[in-house]
Amino acid sequence: MEFFKLTPLELEALKLSLWISGWAVLASLGPGILVAWVLARKQFPGKALVDGLVHLPLVVPPVVTGYMLLLLMGKRGLIGGWLFEMTGITFAFNWKGAALASAVMAFPLLVRAVRLSIEAVDQGLEQAAKTLGAGPVDLFFTVTLPLIFPGILTGIILAFARSLSEFGATITFVSNIPGETRTLPLALFSLTQMPDGEAGAMRLCIISIIVALIALTTSEILAKRMERRIKGEV
Amino acid sequence: MLDIHLKKNYGNFTVETAFTSEGHGVTALFGHSGSGKTSIINMIAGLVQPDQGRIVIDDRCVFDRAKGINLKPEKRRFGYVFQDGRLFPHLSIRSNLVYGMRRVKPGDRYIQFDQVVDLLGIEPLLERHPATLSGGEKQRVAIGRSLLTSPELLLMDEPLASLDVARKKEVLPFIGRLSSELSVPILYVSHSMDEIFNLADTLVFLSQGKTMAVDSLETVTARPDFQQIAGPMESGVVLSTLVQGHDSERGLTRMEFPGGVLKVPTMGAAVGQKVRIRIHSRDVAVSLKRPSQTSFQNIFPTTVTEVVKARNGDDLVDVSINVGSTADLPTGSLVRPPGCSSIIISTITRNALRELDLKPGMQIFAMIKAVSICSGNF
Repeated sequence: MEFFKLTPLELEALKLSLWISGWAVLASLGPGILVAWVLARKQFPGKALVDGLVHLPLVVPPVVTGYMLLLLMGKRGLIGGWLFEMTGITFAFNWKGAALASAVMAFPLLVRAVRLSIEAVDQGLEQAAKTLGAGPVDLFFTVTLPLIFPGILTGIILAFARSLSEFGATITFVSNIPGETRTLPLALFSLTQMPDGEAGAMRLCIISIIVALIALTTSEILAKRMERRIKGEV
Repeated sequence: MLDIHLKKNYGNFTVETAFTSEGHGVTALFGHSGSGKTSIINMIAGLVQPDQGRIVIDDRCVFDRAKGINLKPEKRRFGYVFQDGRLFPHLSIRSNLVYGMRRVKPGDRYIQFDQVVDLLGIEPLLERHPATLSGGEKQRVAIGRSLLTSPELLLMDEPLASLDVARKKEVLPFIGRLSSELSVPILYVSHSMDEIFNLADTLVFLSQGKTMAVDSLETVTARPDFQQIAGPMESGVVLSTLVQGHDSERGLTRMEFPGGVLKVPTMGAAVGQKVRIRIHSRDVAVSLKRPSQTSFQNIFPTTVTEVVKARNGDDLVDVSINVGSTADLPTGSLVRPPGCSSIIISTITRNALRELDLKPGMQIFAMIKAVSICSGNF
């Protein structure tokens, strides 16, 4: 059992990972649902470009995404510089930056899951809601949103799992700072670089797998239950 | 008062209609599938935007292309019962029912929750979910949900089409009661003669996007082109009759219609009551001489007004004949004095037409079996 006792450093990495991933998902949920809805329901010029941009982090090397973030959101970056001057908030080399990197990397997965479920919603139900006096916002929150809840849940879990495993963009954008940006994968990487880090690396490996498994099974169970409730079978 | 003028182009298909109807009763849009019925009702609901026209109900304009008025569906206050019910699967029946009601100001509600639940008999369903309901129950709830928005007009798009015969019979009487008991004007889309016969006061007859006729059920069903659409099994005319008396000794009821008196098997209607009668074209036989020693209870001297050949390529012929006041009519005239005669239609084979050599203006006899006559009470 002694083997499974986490060192303070490893515990810190686990806590930080959960914290950063939690924030990454929380912050990207609203925009993710909005973008998914726009992509599922609206036709506009440049839609293909928006679609491509959203999915870009899925296909370019994570290091590219991290470097782009550094250029855009760094303290002297295009947006980051302006943001720092106006509000004093910066994403450079702190946990917020790590959360941002995770959010950007997980965004396509969240959007895909939600978009698919929006496309599966029977638009006839939305028409019915309109004839019953519900305006666009009203009907979104009372009909569309409850019906896509399983999709949102799936999106959340996928995004959370993706955030937990985020490595390349994070280390490029906010570096590997203990207690600030050193998440589980980064800590694991550091341990493999140390002469006697093998036991620690193995522990973090196992933790990563367990956390991922818990997330996936929980989402599966919740989504099933949610689906049954929506269909009124409970 | 309902005033509808609509036109919309779908590529090579144009839907066009114009009609006015009184602000009460059931107005039926009747036509083949593909005749533009659903398209018209969607335009009225605001789910589809017409290219031209206007929609006015009781001086309230909800759409006028020329004036740039186009109310959103949620602002029109029209109830809409869809063919497939469209209950919200994530809500209980009670929540489904009050969904629209909650969005109507209490001052604008003229239909109450308990009233609707009673009328539609859905009290036992309230706490259940849509997935556990039968088709007929779902449709009753869908009707209730629309009614509870206290609509100024209720649109119904073939609400019975997805139901089997037993369920149809379950829901049909409720719809009849909506317009009479709650005085909701109803616009009812259907291609079923049975439903039209039981419900419609006014008929809007559509064919290939065009409006062929707008008139009472009795007048529209007497049109030869209407028979073409109704099909050989459904074709027939509708007559307004008055119960004249019952003959219990002979087991018959006498019913007066413009042009004569019909004898039918005893029916429950009281003397003096108005009863709508449907005479199927396939149940009307014709003869050049007055038949004798026959089981036909109804034999009328008539005049042929029109012979329409080759219905849909089969070997049947519709013969329109004028019952009553035939002596007053000049030979071959299609004009009939209102109130004293009626058109009925007989479907015969092409061979029978050849043997009898029927021509407009000929005096012939029409025979109708008493037992073949269907009635509806209104």
